[in-house]
Amino acid sequence: MGMTLTEQILAAHAGVPRVTPGEVIEVRADFVFANDITAPLAIREFERMGARRVFDPERVAIVFDHYVPAKDIASAEQCRIAREFARRHHLPHFYDVGRSGIAHVLLAEEGFVVPGDVFFGADSHSCNHGALGAFATGVGSSDLAAAMALGRLWMRVPETVRYEFRGRLRPWVTGKDLILHVIGDIGVDGGRYGAMEFVGEALQDLTMDERFSITNMAVEAGAMNGIMEADETVLAWVRPRARRPWTVYRSDPDARVAGVRTYDVSTLEPVVAVPASPGNVVPVREVAGVRVDQVFIGTCTNGRLEDLRLAARVLAGRRVHPETRLLVIPATPAVYRQALAEGLLQAFLDAGAAVSTSTCGPCIGGHMGVLADGEVCVSTSSRNFVGRMGHRQSRVYLANPAVAAAAAVAGRLVHPADVVRDLVPA
Amino acid sequence: MQLRGRAHLLGDHVDTDGIIPARYLVTTDPGELARHCFEDLDPTLRERIRPGDILVAGQNFGQGSSREHAPIAIKGLGVGAVVARSFAGIFHRNACNVGLPLVECAEARDRVRDGDEVEVDLTAGWVVNHTRGERYAITPLPPFMRYLLQSGGIVEYVRAALAAAEAGGAAP
Repeated sequence: MGMTLTEQILAAHAGVPRVTPGEVIEVRADFVFANDITAPLAIREFERMGARRVFDPERVAIVFDHYVPAKDIASAEQCRIAREFARRHHLPHFYDVGRSGIAHVLLAEEGFVVPGDVFFGADSHSCNHGALGAFATGVGSSDLAAAMALGRLWMRVPETVRYEFRGRLRPWVTGKDLILHVIGDIGVDGGRYGAMEFVGEALQDLTMDERFSITNMAVEAGAMNGIMEADETVLAWVRPRARRPWTVYRSDPDARVAGVRTYDVSTLEPVVAVPASPGNVVPVREVAGVRVDQVFIGTCTNGRLEDLRLAARVLAGRRVHPETRLLVIPATPAVYRQALAEGLLQAFLDAGAAVSTSTCGPCIGGHMGVLADGEVCVSTSSRNFVGRMGHRQSRVYLANPAVAAAAAVAGRLVHPADVVRDLVPA
Repeated sequence: MQLRGRAHLLGDHVDTDGIIPARYLVTTDPGELARHCFEDLDPTLRERIRPGDILVAGQNFGQGSSREHAPIAIKGLGVGAVVARSFAGIFHRNACNVGLPLVECAEARDRVRDGDEVEVDLTAGWVVNHTRGERYAITPLPPFMRYLLQSGGIVEYVRAALAAAEAGGAAP
């Protein structure tokens, strides 16, 4: 019997001819990273392990993205610990403020993760990189320390469930809506411990940015990884960026999967996840009219160039509602530069948005855009748990960038088509 | 290893933001993290927990972020073990790595009441409810995870691997 895409990659990195779901194996890591929150803990454990050097400085990155630029003395101290570690170990891929962006977007952009890789990141959204046809998963700081020391980590081989998207997407429906729809369908632990493999003709219509937002949120269904086969879209994206050779793996035709779920995407409408779970998914029209205090467009899920282009299409020539505030954060300096060159930032500023340097801050209620008691935010991020973006009585609706931008204009939740009647949708 | 304390009941899908909000992730100190543990989930919970107490939760405990600060905060409160119907994947690994015992037990959440005196007997594989005179079977840990816990966690595991590599000169 054959192996799925995930099993193929894991077997190759465990140095064995085949692996079986449930089996515990040790796999070689192609690339690992930690951020400013997870690195200090990882460094402490790395030192407790008696490790004197990282397994390969070329394959380790430290990316400051959560509390940067430092919001207070405590976060500045965390950055100092990680900064000193990076210098002491001569890590060439250390990203400090100004050169740094949101890790999942930055590392893919910089070509550190390529098809066929095993990638461990000390951040749960590391599963993001599965869109490249890599096995990518989030781990804690101790596991990351182990991976930095040994260049390998133990894994329980996940069962693969296949999610097949058929048909063509309707206007204003994006990759974000597909993954939200799936999470709403299977629940926040519907993919627990497993591999979510995304297939189907509808993927061909999606940009890389949309694909990343799908695999990025696999963890919100509890999955170990989300993954897609590297097709021509992926390779066209990888070719100019890759820092290493890559291997394209494909699921064997006779690979055993734990299940297949098929979705006809041509029936889908833009959706939102209502508070306080990414699994509470409803069509945006069902909750249209909910008053919105703040809109946030950014994060590792939807702070990429295509996301900003989509938001700008809705916002161009319009103004943010007087009782609503809009925060736009390009995910990386490269996204920022390109958005600047294309006039997107101008459109945001003209609409009355605050545009900020790359950071994860608002997504975690860390800094910038923290919500007050009772406030409502529409966010393009990935989580809307209680207290996620601030006060425990604040509420977050997760949405695609067009829905978010439309909410900023209307001051309430609304279908983008109801705001942009005169615009031909993307 | 035997653990005994009062039970505190929690629901399904307790997430890591509910365990330790991100605004406190500017420290790695267990005591400081414990002071804010469960703050957004139930602000009074941490004051009711005594050292050795047992959390009894529903499914998918620990969903969300990979922050290892979450099991560190729970351990910092002195919680003896977390019993749940199921755990989120990354949280499960992290708890094992920081030495917070997790017990998967389908029956406990249905039978245990808040304040019951419960005992987790990892050796025999039971959750014993002394208040009600009942016991519930624990789902055994996968062998490799048991081995990791017994060998002192991931730190000791890596330390041994590094020492072996140095002694043998082979790749670890």
